[in-house]
Amino acid sequence: MPEPTPALSVVPSIPIGTWLETGFTWFKETFDDVFDVIGDVVTGSIDSISDLLLAPDPLVVAIVLALLGWLVRNWKLGLGSLVGLVVIIGMDMWEPAMETLALVVVATVVALVLGIPLGILAARSPVASRIAKPVMDFMQTMPGMVWLLPVLKLFSIGVAGALVATVIFALPPAVRLTELGIRQVDGEVVEAGQAFGAGPRQILKDIQLPLAMPTVMAGVNQVIMLALSMAVIAGLVGGGGLGNEVVGAISTLNMSLGFNAGISVVILAIFLDRLTGAVGTRRPGRGRLRELRDRFTRPRTSTPTSTPTERV
Amino acid sequence: MPAIEAHHLYKVFGRKGREGVRRLEAGTDAKELTAAGLTPAVIDASFTVDEGEIFVVMGLSGSGKSTLIRMINGLHPPTAGHVELYGENITAATGKDLRRLRRERISMVFQHFALFPHRTVLDNAAYGLEAQGVGKAERRARAHEALELCGLTGWDDHLPGELSGGMQQRVGLARALAADTDILLMDEAFSALDPLIRRDMQDQLIELQQKLGKTILFITHDLNEAMRIGDRIAMMRNGRIVQIGTAEEILTDPANDYVAQFVADVDRTRVLTASSVMEPPAAVLRSEQGPRAAHKLMREHQLPTLFVTGRDRTLRGYVTEDEVGRNLDRPDITSLLRPVADGARVSPDTSLADLFGPAAETPAIAVVDDAGRLLGVVPRITLLAALSQTDPTTEPTTEPTTETEAARA
Repeated sequence: MPEPTPALSVVPSIPIGTWLETGFTWFKETFDDVFDVIGDVVTGSIDSISDLLLAPDPLVVAIVLALLGWLVRNWKLGLGSLVGLVVIIGMDMWEPAMETLALVVVATVVALVLGIPLGILAARSPVASRIAKPVMDFMQTMPGMVWLLPVLKLFSIGVAGALVATVIFALPPAVRLTELGIRQVDGEVVEAGQAFGAGPRQILKDIQLPLAMPTVMAGVNQVIMLALSMAVIAGLVGGGGLGNEVVGAISTLNMSLGFNAGISVVILAIFLDRLTGAVGTRRPGRGRLRELRDRFTRPRTSTPTSTPTERV
Repeated sequence: MPAIEAHHLYKVFGRKGREGVRRLEAGTDAKELTAAGLTPAVIDASFTVDEGEIFVVMGLSGSGKSTLIRMINGLHPPTAGHVELYGENITAATGKDLRRLRRERISMVFQHFALFPHRTVLDNAAYGLEAQGVGKAERRARAHEALELCGLTGWDDHLPGELSGGMQQRVGLARALAADTDILLMDEAFSALDPLIRRDMQDQLIELQQKLGKTILFITHDLNEAMRIGDRIAMMRNGRIVQIGTAEEILTDPANDYVAQFVADVDRTRVLTASSVMEPPAAVLRSEQGPRAAHKLMREHQLPTLFVTGRDRTLRGYVTEDEVGRNLDRPDITSLLRPVADGARVSPDTSLADLFGPAAETPAIAVVDDAGRLLGVVPRITLLAALSQTDPTTEPTTEPTTETEAARA
């Protein structure tokens, strides 16, 4: 790389990266203990989930996941999931796939726990919305791998850093779509709540959130998809799972391993997408359990009549 | 105590709204404010609504009526002025106080229903009570009652999306009624419904109001609707209230050309009542007077028939010119009396539309009160004159063609 020639340029050098690094180093030194704790908690929870998924026979877990698909949507999703998961087992990718799934689940939960309240805040306060917008843009458009650097410094190699990078990358849709969903709620309906003397909290809980749910669920779906893609990239910093396999395949130019891992990611992605998509399109106003009960008490006939409405 | 008192309400949208109010108060034209980037939606609106009254605010879209109604329950804070509900200043209330006032005093029906699509019809109707903190069993029972009152039975467990527009608005009405507040705000509540259902709902609203005695502030852009249901009407134009009065007052005595033009194509026969067109009974015979007195009166006033009343002014009957003329020698009039047919004796509230039938049969209709006392008469000629907008005593000044054009406008 040639040396920069500042003498010829009128523009002084602007070392934003250096500034960020300096600030970041201070940040790390000040809050080191905090990050240790966070790291421990995160690693612990991911490990326990992946342990849970890996403890029984893979086929049993595959069947359970397939059943889940059948419950929230239909037998087609159930059957498709089963076939896909069996393929993963057949490719000998089960263990890394479940590790990745655990990472995605925890990252999604964290992203939602942070993102949905932020989205609510942004929907209610124009100031918060104006601040959130550029921050979200920054988080989302920054190439995902760049996030690995500060994270690596904070947590060193390991699953904790992978998780934080994944959360940062996957968080924006949760905030954006929650805000959008709440803003889209018909103003007159919110006015109706106010006109009858409901407080802001009641309106949020009883009117805005339920009506924003389809959009929020679309956000959840996107969060999961982004988390999955980032979880694979996080293999570079020791995220484990399928990411590890991919990194290994690249460094050894092992194409068959690469495709095995890649196809496993695809299968996981489709499974998670269809699963959460189904949750998002359910009819408003009917409890999940009630809908399931209906499906069991009135098999076949209730399914076509209760689902075709309100597809978002 | 009046249910609603609005004192000099202003709503000026824009950054320097207060400044805009000051300029309006100083007499600046609203158009100048618009040029300065301000939007004056409501300008100096004052009115009172009495308990149990249906008060209609009537204006075209953009006249500020929706903004006005939202200032009554504090959904929009006024830029200046204030609103009192039963003497309590709702404009000054904030947070908890404001919510309490809304829960206790005032509920609202919305133009596009504003039902909660994720709640069943019953839970929609129960919403106001839920906000008031009423227990589940009681609020459901009361919501169910309100739904029945609005003619919606058997739909409790459906979602609003499964109902037609008219039925949805019944749910909206039931939601407002179930809350059991004194005041009902209705924001173009029937405007989104098709005409037949709208009429039906108007009738039902009047019926409900008579049964429950609610105070209703109703907003509409439909003058016929305003005249049909309103005890009093406020006409709004460009943010200002230009006239407040009963339907008849507005029809017979419009405050300016705008109102006059507006009311031009109203079906006057349905709005005007017998009392507004009747003439004082100038020539009436008392029953103790004789045929000669009757003959004299009829010749003086050129009447073919004459009403006869008792000492207490109760209507006894009428006599005709022919019979009186043939029997001038009789000692008293009672033997010549003919009873007034039921159709030809009407109450003061009878609409003109209902007078045409009887008017075809007799030359004059008697207007009597509940006790049967004669209040006035409506001669056929007066009835016809009332149909045209001109005063019966003056000659029509406009050509017939221009008049029909005005009616169409």
